[in-house]
Amino acid sequence: MGILEVKGVNKRFGGLQALGDVNLSVKENTVHAIIGPNGAGKSTLLNCLVGKLIPDTGSVMFDGQSVLGCKPHQINQMGISRVFQTPEIFSDLTVLENIMIPCFAKRDGSFRLHAFESFAQEKDILEKAEAILEDVNMADKRHMHSASMSRGDKRRLEMAMCLVQEPRLLLLDEPTAGMARADTNNTIDLLKQINDQRDITMCIIEHDMHVVFSLADRITVLAQGRPLVEDAPENIKGNPKVQEAYLGEVAA
Amino acid sequence: MLGLNFRDRSLFFIVIALTVLAPFILNPFPSESSLAQFNAGYPDLMQRFVIFGIFAIGFNILFGLTGYLSFGHAAFLGVGSYAAVWVFKLFTYNVLPAIILAVAVAGLFSLLIGYVSLRRSGIYFSILTLAFAQMSFALAYSVLSNPKFNLTNGETGLQVYADDPQWLHRDSLPDLPHLFGLSMRSNYQLDIGAWTFNFNVGYYLCVVIMLIVFYIAIRLFRSPFGMMLRAIKSNQQRLNYTGLNSRPYTLAAFVISGMYAGLAGGLMAAMDPLAGAERMQWTASGEVVLMVILGGAGTLIGPILGAGFIKYFENIFSKINDQILHQWFAFLPDGLEDFLVFIIHPFIGKGWHLTLGILFMLVVIFLPGGLVEGGQRLGKLFGRRKKTEDAAKDAANTPAE
Repeated sequence: MGILEVKGVNKRFGGLQALGDVNLSVKENTVHAIIGPNGAGKSTLLNCLVGKLIPDTGSVMFDGQSVLGCKPHQINQMGISRVFQTPEIFSDLTVLENIMIPCFAKRDGSFRLHAFESFAQEKDILEKAEAILEDVNMADKRHMHSASMSRGDKRRLEMAMCLVQEPRLLLLDEPTAGMARADTNNTIDLLKQINDQRDITMCIIEHDMHVVFSLADRITVLAQGRPLVEDAPENIKGNPKVQEAYLGEVAA
Repeated sequence: MLGLNFRDRSLFFIVIALTVLAPFILNPFPSESSLAQFNAGYPDLMQRFVIFGIFAIGFNILFGLTGYLSFGHAAFLGVGSYAAVWVFKLFTYNVLPAIILAVAVAGLFSLLIGYVSLRRSGIYFSILTLAFAQMSFALAYSVLSNPKFNLTNGETGLQVYADDPQWLHRDSLPDLPHLFGLSMRSNYQLDIGAWTFNFNVGYYLCVVIMLIVFYIAIRLFRSPFGMMLRAIKSNQQRLNYTGLNSRPYTLAAFVISGMYAGLAGGLMAAMDPLAGAERMQWTASGEVVLMVILGGAGTLIGPILGAGFIKYFENIFSKINDQILHQWFAFLPDGLEDFLVFIIHPFIGKGWHLTLGILFMLVVIFLPGGLVEGGQRLGKLFGRRKKTEDAAKDAANTPAE
């Protein structure tokens, strides 16, 4: 029994069958990659996991609890964090504030009216935020306006924001999309480091085969909304069905 | 001290000084001189400065922090006024219970409107609040004013009549709003040479209350709650995917700013025991939006500056007429004098809105951060050398400014 169990999920947008009978089981403390060509339904699947979309039929269980019908913030409080395709951060806030917000969410739940407290009283939050900034080598940027950072730094910050919540499942939506090779390799290193240091399950949606094969323990291939194969990375590479779906892209 | 950092504390003390010394600051011209009409140091106007300052400070908590632009906040101000006048009518002229009830009623009312309106964001939120406010205006203006059930007294406005019960009123107390016997209208006039300065009880009550709520606003801006509100403005999606429910945060901000508006309405009634429906009209809601944007949305002192600025223009510019202009330009040859008066005429008197509109456009285009940004630019221009690392560090710690 995996930490995340997706069973028989269907999602239809008008005449388009975006997801057809998708089954997925993500084992605890593994890195599970979901790959597939454009329009395969990868992002739709992810959106069904985080509460942005509700599947027409099927079930999504996280740690034995159904997430269907839950709001995004409720699902996050259950222990699922999400990294977006383009880094979603609080760009009007400083780096340190960006990190403190998930710390508050972790400690106080989805709402607390702390209108008359000052940050000086929140020693534990500050310490935790500073510690994670050290971890991701951003301590020197703590008072920087996060809008003025490079894309790679924004991605790093977003990951730090997710990690500081100590999620049980981290969902990554094309974490290296649009990145230069050097930034991509940095991101891979960061993800490897996260995977080595923490007990965390990761589910990655990715286009870049280089990223997938350097990280994943298990790969699911989606094509036209249906799971094609699920296997270990070494078996996926040679699979003729996968090669066909990608029209030879795998060779690159 | 006070739980504020150095910058906020200095700002707070500046506001204390400005408001306490306002009778002097706003009356710089001798009372007999031809410039005396630019004096604003008479009680009625000073009270309005401070009351609208409170209204704008509260509005800024919602608009400046969360970015939710409400077009219906005047409704809460009106409701506060009505609640206060009803306390005067039924119980006592003491302003304290009236103000407390005004805040409470406005809080409840804003909870109701906010709960519905905050289901949408952006322009739809603005339209919903506008619709609610106009409905409230219509209710106050006509529906809730009929012989069977007269809550608002319609067009005439709610006021205190001699046959009202006033159960807790005693004859020894003043027959006007008072604070434990101290009438709001009592005024001490100080004549120094050609100058006249007015010290009014009502004004100083407003000042004390404004300083309290301004302090609360500073604390709120600098609290984790204030940070969450800024996060909502910055990226609501990220906030939701970070496990925080933005709805109660925005609702809390909405109710708090509604209570500020109610407080302003209550104080207005306390200064002059009247409440009219026109206070709830959409133009009144728009005015507070202008005040906050003109002063600088999201800054601490901006709303106060904006409120003072607009109220000053409204009262001083609208009083200038052609006769005064002719006096000013009397030294010019007749033809030129008439020509200048003809040019300036549309911008004064009833045309003061035109002047305000032009100023507003100039500020929005050249100083998007409002008057506060203007002040900051001036400060940079003059004090560039003085600013050392300390200031930079301080600025990094207080990003809301």
